[in-house]
Amino acid sequence: MSPVPVLQQVYGEHRGRMLAALIRVLGDFELAEDALQDACTLALRKWGDVVPDDPIAWLLTAARNSAIDRLRQARVRREKLPQLAGQLAIESTMTDIGADSLLRMGDERLSLIFTCCHPALAEDARIALTLQAVAGLTAAQIARRFLVSESTLAQRLVRAKRKIRDAGISLEVPADHLLPERLSGVLAVVYLIFTQGYTAADDQPEHRTLRQEAIRLGKLVATLMPDEPEALGLVALLLLHDSRAAARYTQAGDVILLADQDRLRWDRAEITEAIGLLDRALRLGRPGPYQLQAAIAALHAQAPTADETDWPRIAALYAELLAVEPSPVVALNHAVAVAMATTSEEGLALIDRIDGLDRYHLLHSARADLLRRLGHTAAAAAEYRRAHELATNPADRRFLAHRLHDLDRQESR
Amino acid sequence: MQYMLLIYNCERPEPGDPDFAESLARVNAFADECRRRGVFVGGHPLQPEHTATTVSVRDGKALITDGPFAETHEHLGGAYILDCRNLDEALELAALCPMAEVGSIEVRPIVGVPGLDHSPASVAATSE
Repeated sequence: MSPVPVLQQVYGEHRGRMLAALIRVLGDFELAEDALQDACTLALRKWGDVVPDDPIAWLLTAARNSAIDRLRQARVRREKLPQLAGQLAIESTMTDIGADSLLRMGDERLSLIFTCCHPALAEDARIALTLQAVAGLTAAQIARRFLVSESTLAQRLVRAKRKIRDAGISLEVPADHLLPERLSGVLAVVYLIFTQGYTAADDQPEHRTLRQEAIRLGKLVATLMPDEPEALGLVALLLLHDSRAAARYTQAGDVILLADQDRLRWDRAEITEAIGLLDRALRLGRPGPYQLQAAIAALHAQAPTADETDWPRIAALYAELLAVEPSPVVALNHAVAVAMATTSEEGLALIDRIDGLDRYHLLHSARADLLRRLGHTAAAAAEYRRAHELATNPADRRFLAHRLHDLDRQESR
Repeated sequence: MQYMLLIYNCERPEPGDPDFAESLARVNAFADECRRRGVFVGGHPLQPEHTATTVSVRDGKALITDGPFAETHEHLGGAYILDCRNLDEALELAALCPMAEVGSIEVRPIVGVPGLDHSPASVAATSE
């Protein structure tokens, strides 16, 4: 093979690990990125007809040398212009950058993920940094997917990287006593990346790749932390959501409710994979919010038809989820599951006890739906109207308008 | 790395207030924890804002005004300096600080400026 495709392949497959190792020894994201870029440029020039036996080792050594050069140049500039100083910390690491210590490193991507998702960084910076440094997306790609300008996003990345360097944000996996909280922060970032690719009504290829990146990131965390059931639970949950992506909207972009979706369009391979991962997670014996949500999604996925859904078990799982992660939205889902498992009256009684969701359109549409089933048409119509007022997503608004229309027709008959 | 923990919007009970003794004991326990970890560099409670005087020199003239620099609702009540392993440790200690339960604590790293000499006068004198 000629050198260019080899470089492309090595860079494509191992960029994350090489960058993580360089960041770890250099303590500076921007320097590590520049050094790796220099190494690739040098490889294009030097590799000629002969590709080195171990291209990764070659690139890491070249990057290390480039980093040392860059630090030297910075020091020379600084001595000429003392007011430009302020990088003492980096300089002291220079002596530690042994080529072999770099090559002996294990997988540093886990510590990199924790650094990128550090709670001292703003949430949008955590997302952007994780997608860039860990997933390898460019600033332009991330900006497009999050609907911000490229310069805003580039700024956000630079600021985050400098804060990591200057504020002493740890480049290591957090200490044991911090780990549970920090891991849930990492998983939350992965989930947010997925959601960004899942909420839009039009399923563009861009949204699909974002979902795939999130699944890949989740799998990376789950692989690097095999004893963490919530990481496995999250991956299972994402796969189960993703398995339904093709069935969630009509061609025109209208919402199709779970009960009305064409189950043949659900991705069986993803469902099977998810259920295997969820089983593994549950065997570890430490249930958590992601595992419970995945278990609920799995029950939906396994029901051959909507009517065969195991609502009593789903209601019980929502009750468990409510106990570990009390929130009005979970309480609403629990109420709906109870209504399906028992009677609409019981569901309505639970909904009436929920506080703080008065302006949430799904609460009103859930109530409308139960009232409709009970034959209280006028009250149902009023709730659909309220839901329609509150909904902001055009697809949701169209759906609610349809429901209202059907109800009016029913009433006039 | 050294960090300054800036304590904002936290009323300090005065000697004689009913909760003074308890409050003092909790703050001392926090300092004990910092010393136990070997990170304690200093703690500096400040007099309230009504004691503040602000100085600026423009065109060689010192301008002196009564009051704090910024008239805001954020009142700086004091600061700790802690020498921590990394930001995680500084944030962990900020969360342990009893003042965080009432006010808020801003954690800022102290920068090492090359060539800057801030050694106390006595040290500079003996080294000559």
